[in-house]
Amino acid sequence: MSELLKIQNLKKYFKTPKGDLHAVDGVSFTVKKGETLGVVGESGCGKSTLGRCIVHLLDTTDGKIYFEDKNITNVSGNELKELRKDLQMIFQDPFSSINPRMTVKSIIIEPIQIHHMYEGNKEKQEKAVLEIMDTVGLARRLADSYPHELDGGRRQRIGIARALALNPKFIVCDEPVSALDVSIQAQILNLMQDLQEEKGLTYIFITHDLSVVKHISDNICVMYLGTLVEKCSSELLFKKQLHPYTQALLSAIPVAKINSKKNRIILKGEIVSPISPAPGCRFAPRCLYAKDECFILSPELKEFEPEHFVACHLY
Amino acid sequence: MKPLIERKNKNGFWGDAWCRLKKNKGAMFALAIILIMIFCAVFADRLAPYPYDLQDYNHTFETPNRQHLLGTDNFGRDILSRIIHGSRISLLVGFSSIIVAIILGGLLGAVSGYYGGRVDNLFMRAMDILMAIPGMLLAISLAAVLKPGLLNLVIAIAVADIPGYARVVRASVLSIKDQEFIEAAQCVGASDSRIIFKHIIPNCLAPIIVQATLGMAGAILSASSLSFLGLGIQPPTPEWGSMLSSARQYIMSYSHMTTFPGIAIMITIFGLNILGDGLRDALDPRLKN
Amino acid sequence: MEKILEIKNLKIEYKSNERTVEAVNNLNLLLNKGESLGIVGETGAGKTTTALGIMGLIPDPPGKIVNGEIIFEGHDILKLSKNKLRAVRGKKISMIFQDPMTSLNPVITVGDQIAESIRIHEKLSRADAVLKAKEMLELVGIPEERYAEYPHQFSGGMKQRVIIAIALSCNPELILADEPTTALDVTIQAQVLDLILKLKREKNTSMILITHDLGVVVEICEKVAIMYAGEIVEYGTTEQIYENTSHPYTRGLFDSIPDIDAKEDRLIPIQGLMPDPADLPKGCSFEPRCRYSTEKCKESNPDTQEIGNGHFVKCYNYIKRGEQ
Repeated sequence: MSELLKIQNLKKYFKTPKGDLHAVDGVSFTVKKGETLGVVGESGCGKSTLGRCIVHLLDTTDGKIYFEDKNITNVSGNELKELRKDLQMIFQDPFSSINPRMTVKSIIIEPIQIHHMYEGNKEKQEKAVLEIMDTVGLARRLADSYPHELDGGRRQRIGIARALALNPKFIVCDEPVSALDVSIQAQILNLMQDLQEEKGLTYIFITHDLSVVKHISDNICVMYLGTLVEKCSSELLFKKQLHPYTQALLSAIPVAKINSKKNRIILKGEIVSPISPAPGCRFAPRCLYAKDECFILSPELKEFEPEHFVACHLY
Repeated sequence: MKPLIERKNKNGFWGDAWCRLKKNKGAMFALAIILIMIFCAVFADRLAPYPYDLQDYNHTFETPNRQHLLGTDNFGRDILSRIIHGSRISLLVGFSSIIVAIILGGLLGAVSGYYGGRVDNLFMRAMDILMAIPGMLLAISLAAVLKPGLLNLVIAIAVADIPGYARVVRASVLSIKDQEFIEAAQCVGASDSRIIFKHIIPNCLAPIIVQATLGMAGAILSASSLSFLGLGIQPPTPEWGSMLSSARQYIMSYSHMTTFPGIAIMITIFGLNILGDGLRDALDPRLKN
Repeated sequence: MEKILEIKNLKIEYKSNERTVEAVNNLNLLLNKGESLGIVGETGAGKTTTALGIMGLIPDPPGKIVNGEIIFEGHDILKLSKNKLRAVRGKKISMIFQDPMTSLNPVITVGDQIAESIRIHEKLSRADAVLKAKEMLELVGIPEERYAEYPHQFSGGMKQRVIIAIALSCNPELILADEPTTALDVTIQAQVLDLILKLKREKNTSMILITHDLGVVVEICEKVAIMYAGEIVEYGTTEQIYENTSHPYTRGLFDSIPDIDAKEDRLIPIQGLMPDPADLPKGCSFEPRCRYSTEKCKESNPDTQEIGNGHFVKCYNYIKRGEQ
């Protein structure tokens, strides 16, 4: 499989009165065509910022983004507009991510109109909208409804339809199911898997829900405070976690089964502020195995075994 | 069983708001007042029993009677006819100054809210300066500089109102700007102007409409005040404020000359304010259950 | 065992625009002293309404308790006067709300907020209340030096601890926790759940935990009630519900969660949507989405039946042990 997206040492700092907030601090990975890369982490770990940098909703501070072997880090103007056809995003909140004053049809047709697809032929455009609605499982009779008349699951289908309208190759999914009820969540996850198979889509799936990410991803990146701490295939990660944070994270998932009580690792303390962070490993203050070295030198991401990367001084 | 969608009415946002407004008896009453006012203004020529400038020196200072329902003034002109004609000026000045203020203030507010940073700072400090001068004083000085007249009256009132709209629009743009659907629009490649006009402005229309209804009352009052001071509409064109002004000297002996234009102003302002409150409740259901 | 709370035939309606929404319908529950009950359901199932009903906090209008009894320590809460109800609320029953960001007053220090709630229900001097508040802070794992800090200086997990401290400050008999960990990250959730378990063991407080997360319930509760469209569709011990899942809806919930231990290609979602609560079907409210539905399910709403020792199911065609 060929590489579709390549991120090199991506950094995004936000200026705040107290100093630079290191939201994403030197993240590198590649995504192959047709696969799903899961990005997991807790709130404030920079996973959403990472996604927004990739789709150019935010400028990157440093580092490079390659899409189909082309450096797209600083594209703008018409080039960016062209790029948007290939790079789309599905948002988290099915309530705030769609304009409450627009009908379902006008939401889905907007990207098509902006990019003058189907030679600007209105009939063809509307036909395309109805076809997309079929694809995502929205009944055609809902075309003239307003979002407030629909439930969360249907609204999320609108969001997916809008992202699909431009026939993208790559979609960043920012917590697309975390606001939905479990039974609806399963419907949407199945839909996203079907779409991937049908259209050969490539996903970056950002979430805090580990069972969801395991279910949908081929590879998983675990992030902590703007840095990548562990990266490997989804199966391997759930069999063998190397980084102490990943271990704690996985042990903390509540499992809906009797007697599944593993030895839960309860982390001490909370995430420290990402504003002007201290040198050394970001996880060191909460880590059970922290050594002196961990507070001085930040660990590099290294390949501990084939296809299993970890950033920790223990290895 | 039917799924959720079938049940809810298909009216969209404005339809729902209208349903809520209809339930508010006070607001409907106020709406009726405003509609009657508009009707009077439009058909003033047919409704008024006499021409507004017909002077009848045999019947001056008449108190209300059969021929002149609201009496006559010092030139023997029919007060009812003058009030009916006066509604034209009041509504015209009210509407047009508010529209001018909304367009200018709204644009300033939308741009400074959307772009933020320096643009925002520049525009908002300018607004602060305008706001630091009492609105009436500003209107008076503008009216004085621009010479009296209908157009200048509108300009004077509109300029004084701009900062209010700029602030309202800016505040709602700021809250809407952070919502994900704006990001989604950027993500599909929408231009800034498309985002402002298609996504942001329709979503902040509700507070603007409320502010406009309440503001119109203020504008009509300002127009009357300026005319009262002789800076607005000039005689013989009837205007409620200038009618009050010219009747002022007879207030002790012929109080009906001041009472009726005063009541006309009062009823209009009252109607607009009640309607504004009703609209606010109807358009923003979160404020009132 | 001693009963602490018993709910009989509770029915709560919301009225708006000539529509009547049956938020809770014919609900029966029993909670023994020292027990924890998990109420599980999706958005709109009526979980929170039930909790507000127990607290006597149903906003009226539009809400109204149409029918039923809520018997707490032998007295029907619904018949208490406002003053007596206020004494029960907070002192004997306290509630932990979902959102730690909005349930604290931003302009009062966290310590004072705890002390305040102690002073409302116990006759203590200000100084004693402060001492006790500091004790409570330590109990939930916050150093007492942070007494004089404001909520914005606390992170989400810490705020939720403060709220737990407030809820526990008067040694209540019963705690109602409405999605106490939903707004928190997993590692923080683990800390808070750990804390709740520890406190439950130490103080032997009874608890009702409202959540949508079947994984959280199994860690805390001995009994589970599954709610759907205002009704309890299955009720039993945690073991009965998790090992011998009998109601098709409960089964559907379990199938919708991706299994962390197994590799599966597709999830089995429950088809369709929750019915409109103002327009419930004539028969079983889950019938339109049910895989096992029959004509009988369309015609009439099944009664709750006991299928095992304390295991209740509201279904004609419940799944029997071993069947899938």
